[in-house]
Amino acid sequence: MAKVSMIVNGNPVAKNIDPRTLLVQFLREELRLTGTHVGCDTSQCGACVVHLDGKAVKACTTLAVMADGHEVKTIEGLAADGAPLHPMQEAFREHHGLQCGFCTPGMIMTAIDIVHRKGHDLEDHVIREELEGNLCRCTGYQNIVASIAAGAKAMENSDLA
Amino acid sequence: MYEFKYHRPSTVRQAANLLAKHEDAKLIAGGHTLVPVMKQRLAAPSDIIDLSHIEGVDGIEIKGRSLVIGALAKHADVASSPTVAEAIPALAELAGLIGDPAVRHKGTIGGSLANNDPTADYPAAVMALGATIVTNKRKLKPEEFFQGLFTTALESDEIITKVSFPLPKKAAYQKFRNQASRYALVGVFVARLPSGVRVTVTGAGQDGVFRVEAFEEALKKRFLPKALDGIDVSPDGLNSDLHGSAEYRAHLIGVLAKRAVDAANNRA
Repeated sequence: MAKVSMIVNGNPVAKNIDPRTLLVQFLREELRLTGTHVGCDTSQCGACVVHLDGKAVKACTTLAVMADGHEVKTIEGLAADGAPLHPMQEAFREHHGLQCGFCTPGMIMTAIDIVHRKGHDLEDHVIREELEGNLCRCTGYQNIVASIAAGAKAMENSDLA
Repeated sequence: MYEFKYHRPSTVRQAANLLAKHEDAKLIAGGHTLVPVMKQRLAAPSDIIDLSHIEGVDGIEIKGRSLVIGALAKHADVASSPTVAEAIPALAELAGLIGDPAVRHKGTIGGSLANNDPTADYPAAVMALGATIVTNKRKLKPEEFFQGLFTTALESDEIITKVSFPLPKKAAYQKFRNQASRYALVGVFVARLPSGVRVTVTGAGQDGVFRVEAFEEALKKRFLPKALDGIDVSPDGLNSDLHGSAEYRAHLIGVLAKRAVDAANNRA
C-alpha cells in the first residue's frame, strides 16, 4: 500500500492505495468523482483527461501515486453545485457540443487547457489539431469545435479559469 | 497490471542505488510508455522507481555552443520553450509532433530515448544533431547509445540525466504520420552542422533510427533538395506492415528528406 495525498478540486484528500491504482481509478472509485470517464484505457481517446497542476493529462495513463502532492482538477471542479456552469460547459450546452456525452468531460478539460495555452481567439484548424488526443465516438466534431471557439471567447470575461 | 513496489527517490544517486539493488526494477518518468505496457501485462517490474519528484533535471538552457535539455523535460516544455525555438527550432517542432497535447504534458525526452522505440521522434534528432547523451556515469554518442529495437547502451544502474545538442547551422524534421496511431511511419531529420551534414530516419528501420550516408554525401556538396535526385534508398532492412511496405517507406525517406532540406533552407 502507498499513502497518497493531493488536492482534488480544491479539497485535500489522503488515502492508502495499492500503488497500481491509476489516477482515473482513484478519482472514480476512491473519491466517487465519476465525471472522469474511461473510454479506450490506452491513452488515445481522452475521455479521462483531467488537469494535473493546471495541465491536461490522461488520468488512465497516470499512476495515482505519481500525482501525490499535486493538484488535480476534474470536470466536477469547474463549477460548484448549483452555481452557474463554467463558460466552457455553457458553450458546449449552447452549441450542442455533446451527443451521447461520454467524451464531453475530457473534451471540456482539454478545451480549457487549449485556452490556457493558446489564448481566447482560436481558429478552427488550431482547435482541430489540439483535439488530436480526444476522440468522440459520435463523431460530433463540428459542434465540439464551435463550442470550444465560443467557450474560449467567453472565458476571457469570466472569473472562472 | 501486476503488483510492484513503488519507490520515490529524490536524487539521481538514490534512484541509481535503487536500480542497482532491485534486479527487475524499472524507472518511470512520464509513464506514457511504461504504464500502458504494464496495463497489458507485457511488463511485470518488481519495483517502480519514480523519477518525477527528482528536482533540477528538467532544465533547458544554452551552455556555450550547445542546447542542454534535462532528461525530465517534458515534450510540451521543449515544444514551447523560447530557448529551444531560438536555438534549434526544428527540435521544438519535433517535440510538438509527439503524441497529443495531454501526452506531451507527461512524456519526457529522457524516457523517450531510454525506451528507444523505433517509431519515436527524438532519436532522429539526437542522432542527426550529433547530440551527447549524458548519464549518471558517462557521456554517450548517439551511434553507441542506440543499439536497435528498444535497446540502448544503458547499463542496469544507469540513468540519463541530460542531453546536449550542438547548435546546427540549419535543421528540419519531416514526419509522415501513421493515420491511426500518429506515430512516425517515416520521420526524417536533416541537420547541416559545422562538421558536415547528417540525415537520420526514424519509424522505418527494423533496427530503429539510422543514418542515410548517400544523402549526407550529396547534401554536403549541395544543400538543396535537387541534390538528392536519383539517389534511392534501399528497402532492405526497412519495416513492412499493413500501413506501408518497405518499398513505400524507402520512397518516403527520399520525399521527406527533400522536404526537410527545403524546410531547413527556408528557415534560415
